[in-house]
Amino acid sequence: MAVATATKPQALTEDLGRHRSEWRMAWRRFRANRLAVIGLMVIGLLVLMALFAPFLTAQDPNFQYQGMRGVAPSLEHPFGFDYNGRDLFARVIYGSRVALTVGLLATGIAVVIGIVVGALAGYFGGWVDTLLSRMVDTLMAFPILALLIVLSAVIGPSLWTTVVVIGATGWARFARVVRADVMSLKQQDFVVAARAVGVRDWRIIWRHLLPNVLGPVIVLASLGIGGIIILEAALSFLGLGVPPPTPSWGRILADGRPHLLRYPHIAFFPGLMIVITVLVFNFVGDGLRDALDPRQRAD
Amino acid sequence: MIPYLTRRTLQGILVIWLISVATFVMMRLMPGDPVYLLLGEGEIRITQEQIDAIRRRWGLDRPYHEQYLIWAWNLLRGDFGDSLIRVGVPVRDMIFEAVPVTAKLNLIALAIALVVAIPSGILAAVRRNSFFDYLTAVGATLGVALPNFWLALMLIVLFVLYVPRWIGELPLVGRIPPFGLPGWQGYILPVLVLSTEQMAVLARVMRASTIEALGTDYVRTAYAKGLPRLTVILRHAVRNALLPVVTVIGYRIAFILSGTIVVETVFALPGIGRLFTDSVMRLDYQVVQSLVVLLAVLVVAANLLTDLAYAFVDPRIRIE
Repeated sequence: MAVATATKPQALTEDLGRHRSEWRMAWRRFRANRLAVIGLMVIGLLVLMALFAPFLTAQDPNFQYQGMRGVAPSLEHPFGFDYNGRDLFARVIYGSRVALTVGLLATGIAVVIGIVVGALAGYFGGWVDTLLSRMVDTLMAFPILALLIVLSAVIGPSLWTTVVVIGATGWARFARVVRADVMSLKQQDFVVAARAVGVRDWRIIWRHLLPNVLGPVIVLASLGIGGIIILEAALSFLGLGVPPPTPSWGRILADGRPHLLRYPHIAFFPGLMIVITVLVFNFVGDGLRDALDPRQRAD
Repeated sequence: MIPYLTRRTLQGILVIWLISVATFVMMRLMPGDPVYLLLGEGEIRITQEQIDAIRRRWGLDRPYHEQYLIWAWNLLRGDFGDSLIRVGVPVRDMIFEAVPVTAKLNLIALAIALVVAIPSGILAAVRRNSFFDYLTAVGATLGVALPNFWLALMLIVLFVLYVPRWIGELPLVGRIPPFGLPGWQGYILPVLVLSTEQMAVLARVMRASTIEALGTDYVRTAYAKGLPRLTVILRHAVRNALLPVVTVIGYRIAFILSGTIVVETVFALPGIGRLFTDSVMRLDYQVVQSLVVLLAVLVVAANLLTDLAYAFVDPRIRIE
């Protein structure tokens, strides 16, 4: 008994040490990926841009200049004006707030629901698994944009509708991954042992299983943010996202569409921002995959 | 095989049933009373008796579960009801009109995507880290990050504004119409947009699976037998590497349908996607709920077929 109590703290610190160095090794692998590091820096800049939008441009994104309808880019107004005479640079800068809010929050909601559903289905199996897995199948069997269009129309389009609806429909992928991992992990000795000494179910899930599935979930989430930003833009583009006059990239694009052939710059700039944002999130996602999940490495 | 088939089909039916229930509930939650929608906007002078008569005529006076059963039973018989907006036009006719446009667009786009993606995926895998591999990677990365609605608008600007200015009318094609479908030229831009993302995804999958196949024992054996390189690559590696591509196409059908909704709307093409967005905007419940269930059936069927095809092509996959 005395031996057991003596070794326990030692094992614990050793465990902590290994844990920490694992994340440090992952960070080293991540740093080796140049695109991922650049991506992370650009994301940092985008976040700063969204937070400090008023310091980057003195223009009010909703102010309509008289007689400036569709005026082309100039030094003072680098992106020009939209059809209503509003400064496009300001609108695009403020638009990053919507894109990042929806991209990050909706992903967060989807991850949380996905982890809970996946862990329950994988750990308990049986009818719980059957029920939850059919829910996952149902969500996956749906062209997600069609579902979003109907739901936004039902609830009424707004920023929060968009966030909640995308989050509440996007969790199926996470649930599927977590379920599969939990199912294979719960057969392993350390879980069987924990159960044998009487650790409660929720504690096993929380302390033993979830830390082990976190890697793949982080990878999947980071790779999914770009897609969600595109979804939000598509929804706003179709008029079912964030309602006007709030500037969102999809909305600005949609505003530019009727005047596309006379003022192509209106639709050009917000789209360019979407592409850059999606690209950098994908770069970081690829870097995280290489860092956290070496088995799944691209080549 | 038979028990597996039965189980998978039953699961598919269950999923479709769940979707039909969810759709029915969502449609009842939509804002606006269908009766007033039927009557149209403006000042309405109508007695309570007349409203009740319309409710009875449409079965809206019955309890919800009965309404659902009647609707579901009619769906099963292929009777989707009449459009609420285009009064008197059966929803089935509207869908039949739209399907060929969507089918043509997406099948041509898929064919083009495959023709480009498979050879470039193979070449990129065989010549790893070459300039071509690098080029494919850049193309695939960009192809996934380009929102299709923006790509569509930029292609319209390019082909309608700049191409005529720079090189005049294109040989064989002439002028490309930006909206609608006058002639086959109307398909060029939407097909280009739809195939871009497919191309990017499929080239990536093809490259990865070819690399994996090239590292296997049977490829080494084929080389050891003294087979020429081309034979080994085409007959041994590529044939096996194609399998994941088939699977990815099958599982991507839900994404493909999402893409077609946007692209048809941008180009004003009278396909399923356009019909869907228009019906949601006009609150034409009858059309929306039929389309949603139909799309779900399509995706479930495609996923089931993919699984079966996979099991059929690859005998190593044991079906439990």
